[in-house]
Amino acid sequence: MGFLSNLINGISLGSIYAVIALGYTMVYGIAKMLNFAHGDVIMIGGYFVYLSSSKLLHLPPVLSVLIAMVACTILGITIEKIAYKPLRKATSLAVLITAIGVSYFLQNIALVIFGANPVTFTSVVSIPAIKLFDGQIVISGETSVAIVVSILVVIGLSLFIKKTKTGKAMLAVSEDKGAAQLMGINVNKTISITFAIGSALAAIAGALYCSAYPILQNTTGAMPGIKAFTAAVFGGIGSIPGAMIGGILIGVIEILGRAYISTQLADAIVFAVLILILMFKPTGILGKKMVEKV
Amino acid sequence: MLKKLKFKKPDTKNSFVTYGLLLVTFAIVKILFEAGKLSYMIKDLLVPLCVYAILAVSLNLTVGILGELSLGQAGFMCVGAYSGALFSNLLEEAIPQVLIRFPLAMIVGGICAAIFGILIGIPVLRLRGDYLAIVTLAFGEIIKNIFASVYLGLDANGFHVSMKTASDLNMDLDGEMLINGALGLNGTPRDSNFTIAFIVLFITTIVAYNFVNSRTGRAVMSIRDNRIASESVGINVTKYKLITFALTAFFAGVAGSLYSHNFSTLQASKFDYNLSILVLVFVVLGGIGSIRGSIVASILLTLIPELLRGSIGKYRMLIYAVILIVMMIVNNGDYFINLKEKISVKFSSKFKKTKKEVV
Repeated sequence: MGFLSNLINGISLGSIYAVIALGYTMVYGIAKMLNFAHGDVIMIGGYFVYLSSSKLLHLPPVLSVLIAMVACTILGITIEKIAYKPLRKATSLAVLITAIGVSYFLQNIALVIFGANPVTFTSVVSIPAIKLFDGQIVISGETSVAIVVSILVVIGLSLFIKKTKTGKAMLAVSEDKGAAQLMGINVNKTISITFAIGSALAAIAGALYCSAYPILQNTTGAMPGIKAFTAAVFGGIGSIPGAMIGGILIGVIEILGRAYISTQLADAIVFAVLILILMFKPTGILGKKMVEKV
Repeated sequence: MLKKLKFKKPDTKNSFVTYGLLLVTFAIVKILFEAGKLSYMIKDLLVPLCVYAILAVSLNLTVGILGELSLGQAGFMCVGAYSGALFSNLLEEAIPQVLIRFPLAMIVGGICAAIFGILIGIPVLRLRGDYLAIVTLAFGEIIKNIFASVYLGLDANGFHVSMKTASDLNMDLDGEMLINGALGLNGTPRDSNFTIAFIVLFITTIVAYNFVNSRTGRAVMSIRDNRIASESVGINVTKYKLITFALTAFFAGVAGSLYSHNFSTLQASKFDYNLSILVLVFVVLGGIGSIRGSIVASILLTLIPELLRGSIGKYRMLIYAVILIVMMIVNNGDYFINLKEKISVKFSSKFKKTKKEVV
C-alpha cells in the first residue's frame, strides 16, 4: 500500500512536471532555444496566485489562477520580445547566456519585491481527499486536480496544434522557419504565441506546484524547471505526448527515489536519469531523429 | 621600458601586459597588507578573490575558447575542495611542511576534478549547446547532493563511510569526523593565504595564455568557429574538447582546494548552481575569450558589491542579470551588429582603415 500511495504521489508530481515540460518542449521545438527562465515564470505565477487569492485580493481560486495566467502570458511575451527576439540569428551560446540572465533577473526581482523569506502558499484546491481501501490510501485534492488538469492540458494542446490554423503554423515553424515564412506564416507572431502559451501553462503549473508544496520563495521555480526540462528531454523534445510521459516518469522516479533510496539523493537520481538519457537516447522516447546539415 | 621589448606576436604582448598588471596589483596589495592598511573585510576577501579569478579564467577556456557552455564549474570546484581538504587533513602529520603539503593538496584536488571532468566529458561532450549546458548543470547538482550526504570518519580501525547518518559510521569514540554530511568538511588546516593564492592565479593565467596560443588552443578555437570544417581537416574534435574540458575542471579543482583550505569547515551547499552562474557572469562581463577580462571582472564584481554593501547589496544580482542580458543583445543582436558595421564603415571611409574585427 505504501508503494501504491508513493506511485500516486509520483504521478501527481509528474503531472505538474508535464505541464511545465510542455512549455519547454514547445519553445524548444519552435524557437530552438532552451528557455532557462521558464522555471522562474512558474515562481512568478505562484506569486501572482498568492497575491490575488490570499494576500491582497482574496479572489476565488479559479479567478486568481486566471489572473496569474494572464500576467505570466504578458511576462512571457515581454521576455521574448525584449531578450530573445533580437538574438534570433545569434549563436546558441549567446541565446543560452541571455536565457540564464533572464532567469537570474526574474529570481532577483522577486527577491527584491517579495523578500528572501518564504511565504506559505494557501492551496487553491478545495476538493476533498479521496480515501481508498478503508483509508489506507489517501489521494489529496491537490493530487487529483494536478492529474486531471494535466490530462486536460495535454488533450487541449494536442487538439489546438492539430486542428487550428495557429497550431498548424506552429508545427510548420518548428519544421522549417524559412519555408514557413515563404508560405505566408508570420514567424515572429507564431513564436510569440508559443511563448504566451508556455507561460500561461507555467502559471497553471505554479499554482499546482505551490498547492502541493506550499512554500513559495524566489528560487521555488528553479528545481522544478530543470526537472521538467529533464522530463521534456526524456519524452523527446518537441513532442507533446512525450512531455506528458516524460513528466510522469520523472515524477515517479523522484518520489520513489525519495521513498526507497535516499531523501537527499532524490534530485541527484533525477539528474542522473537526464545524463543517462542524453548519453544513450538523446532524442528521448517519442522524439524524432535530427540530422545535422552542413 | 615595455615598449622597447619586441614581441614576435601581439598575443605575447597581450599576455605580458596581463602578467605585469597582475604583479603590480599583487605588489600594491601586499604593501598595503603589510602596512596594515587593509580592513578585515578586504583581508578576508583576498583569497576568495583569487579563487574566483581562477574559476573565471578556467571557465573562459571552455566558454570562450571552446565555445561551449559549462554550468558545472561549482561541481568541479566541490570535487577539488573535498579531495584537497581530505588530503591535507589525512597527511597533516605525515607532511608537516605547509609549503609541500598545500601545493600537493591543490594538485590532488585539481587531478581529482580533472578525472571527474574526463569521466563526465567522454559521454557528454558529443552533446552540444543547450544539452551540454544542462548536463553539466545536472552533474554539478549531483556532485553537490552526493557530497552533502556523505559521512566519512576515521578511527583506529580505518575509514568509515555512510550515506545515511553520522551514527551509522560506528566509529570509536576518539574517531575523527572528516566529512559530516550536510555540515560538510571538518578540520581542514587553514593553509591558504594571499601570497599562495596569488601564485596559483598567476600560474593559471600563464597556463591559460599558453594554452590559447598553442597548437592545441588553435585547434580548439577552430572547433569553436566551425566544428564540421575542422573535423574535415583532420582535427580530432572529441580529443580537443576533452582536453579543454579537463583543463577547465583541473583549475576549478585547484581553486576549490584553495578555497577549502581557507576555512576550517565548509559545506557542500556552497557549491551550488548559483556559484556556477556567478562565475559565468564574470566570464561574460569580462569578455568571452578574454583572460584578462575574466580576472578584472571577477575581482571588480566581487569587490564593488562588498564595498557598497547595504546600499546596493540587495540589487547586486539584479544589476548583474540586467548587464548580462544587455551585453548579450548588444554584442550578438542583429540590430546592434548592423549599427556597429554602419559606424565602422563611416570611420573607415574617413581614415581609410579597413580593419574589420572578427568576433
